[in-house]
Amino acid sequence: MKGRPRFGGAARGKEVKDMFRKGLMLLLTVCLAVSGAYAKKKPYKVGAVFAITGPASWLGEPERNTVQMIAEQVNREGGINGHPLELIIEDTAGDETRTVNAVNKLINKDKVLAIVGPSRSGTTLAVVPIVERAKVPLISCAAAEAIVSPPEKRKWVFKTPQKDSDAVIRIYEHMKKHGITKIAIITGTTGFGAQGRKQLKKYAPKFGIEIVADETYGPRDTDMTPQLTRIKASGAQAVVNWSIVPAQSIVPKNMRQLGMTIPLYQSHGFGNIKYVKAAGEAAEGIIFPCGRLLIAEQLPDDHPQKKVLVEYKRAYEKKFKEPVSTFGGHAYDALWLVINALKEVGPDRAKIRDYIEHVKGFVGTGGIFNFSPEDHNGLTKDAFAILTVKNGKFALLED
Amino acid sequence: MSASALLQLLFSGVTVGSIYALTALGFNLIYNATGIINFAQGEFVMLGGMTAAWLAGMGLPLWFSFVVSVALVAALGASFERLCIHPLRSPQILSLIMITIAGSILFRGAAMFLWGKQTVYLKAFSGERPIRFLGAALHPQTLWVLGTALVITICLHLFLRYTLLGKAMRACASNRTAARLTGIPVDRIVLLSFTLSAGIGAAGGVVVTPITLMDYQQGTLLGLKGFSAAVLGGLGNPNGAVAAGLMIGALESLSAGLISSHYKDAVALVALLAVLCFRPEGIWGTTTQR
Repeated sequence: MKGRPRFGGAARGKEVKDMFRKGLMLLLTVCLAVSGAYAKKKPYKVGAVFAITGPASWLGEPERNTVQMIAEQVNREGGINGHPLELIIEDTAGDETRTVNAVNKLINKDKVLAIVGPSRSGTTLAVVPIVERAKVPLISCAAAEAIVSPPEKRKWVFKTPQKDSDAVIRIYEHMKKHGITKIAIITGTTGFGAQGRKQLKKYAPKFGIEIVADETYGPRDTDMTPQLTRIKASGAQAVVNWSIVPAQSIVPKNMRQLGMTIPLYQSHGFGNIKYVKAAGEAAEGIIFPCGRLLIAEQLPDDHPQKKVLVEYKRAYEKKFKEPVSTFGGHAYDALWLVINALKEVGPDRAKIRDYIEHVKGFVGTGGIFNFSPEDHNGLTKDAFAILTVKNGKFALLED
Repeated sequence: MSASALLQLLFSGVTVGSIYALTALGFNLIYNATGIINFAQGEFVMLGGMTAAWLAGMGLPLWFSFVVSVALVAALGASFERLCIHPLRSPQILSLIMITIAGSILFRGAAMFLWGKQTVYLKAFSGERPIRFLGAALHPQTLWVLGTALVITICLHLFLRYTLLGKAMRACASNRTAARLTGIPVDRIVLLSFTLSAGIGAAGGVVVTPITLMDYQQGTLLGLKGFSAAVLGGLGNPNGAVAAGLMIGALESLSAGLISSHYKDAVALVALLAVLCFRPEGIWGTTTQR
């Protein structure tokens, strides 16, 4: 009985084969359909590295909150062309080594399409060589100009905050208009403060301004009266303080204590209402350049940024029950640039980079961005308005 | 530089120095009772300031916030000793110090979770209007800080010199075993020293917050500067600590005002190193004390 078909007869054997073939085909179709659906829903991975804890957490926390809020909104509305947006958020604690590790992990393990962040200039500069080598687009939320210059060595790096030098130029323009020619500068010894000091010194001669006193202080100093005593004796007509917290609240207090009545200018880092509260009465009349987010409601209705700013401000303050800060706005601009790119060109790192490089007229919270191969920041000095503090609130002084 | 500007620099030095002095006092107390350096001392200062700012922020009166904050932090100091220091079977100095470092990290983290990372502030006790004196301006809060440091130093001095408990505390410091043999309850003395120094730290934290503002990380630096003051003044000598704290503050402020603010911290640290080179036991310390 050897060789006899097991299922009784050739005809029946054919039938079985047929069924088998049909079943196989059905299975194949199902497989294809499933994988097709799977491909359709495959999430777009975007990395986010922020200083959520540590000394710069005042930057990282609103940034993290903002990107989470945007991702929730995008996914609720059906994702990017049907693909959900998957954010992978890493904490740098404001530390260079941890940032390098986090970025390496995002690139090699998570295989993200683009990275938003880091929060600080120092940590951004630490990862520039890594993203350049791995060819991953990075949109930094830190201010230093070295992040995007020289442009030929920053092919994959962009940044959303306004330039330090533009802030300095806006301050000097305001001074010139009000006849101030002799100023004192007082700066923190952190990266941000040191960068500001460099720019302040660089642009002063161009505006015919003389720096008659140049003082610094450490990031944790609690009393600046010695430095201000020297400034008081120098005959300066105005003081520029360039630093991060808490000195931004202490310098005005110390000035008041010493009975100094000359105007105080601060950097765009002053853009958080909490520092105003900490300085109390002494904050009144401080002049500083800043994006328009903090005074969004005061803008005229036909201002091109008004809609974006008011929407972001309301959504953030409603969700997190805390006042919005410009830093979260930098993350807002950065992530939307990536989302828009993904919408247009899909999940391809090189195409995302090329897309962002040619974005024109993107209305963000920091200003209206016009990128080009030579300019990976895309903002001009017009991104800054001049703000002041009036009755414990920010007010528009000059646009 | 004019005389009034010089006076201004001295005022500023005294302000900062009295903050260092208050922190240094707490270091000394625990060192006297146990022979260890409590690296969580700066965190006690920070917790004092944060708690008071939190209570005052809820609309409670200032004096009430002060008292409650000191009591809470003192209780925390006591439980820290009971839970972390006391259970150790054979307390090695090194392991005890490690525990205090761990404690400082824990307190810092807890403060961050409780109150967030933002800088908090407290209203000045008697207004912000500066006191003018010979052309220099003094923040009224400085007087509060100085006064607090002074009162605490005097009380501590009287306590350690003239009360039985204080004498017992000093006995523990010079020889633990001998103290135990004479019937001194050593572990209760250690508990007391932690409670007291946490309370003193917290009181310091509350009075300095209107000047320095406070955040969860401030304790580290205050602890470091306070430690320098304690070492410079001679460990275990409260009067020396206050004097040394004021000295470091004045040195920082004078070098910022007269030489350059760029070298302020360097000048103070070089002076500290120089003194310790010639007198490793500190200016007012004695080598025979331990």
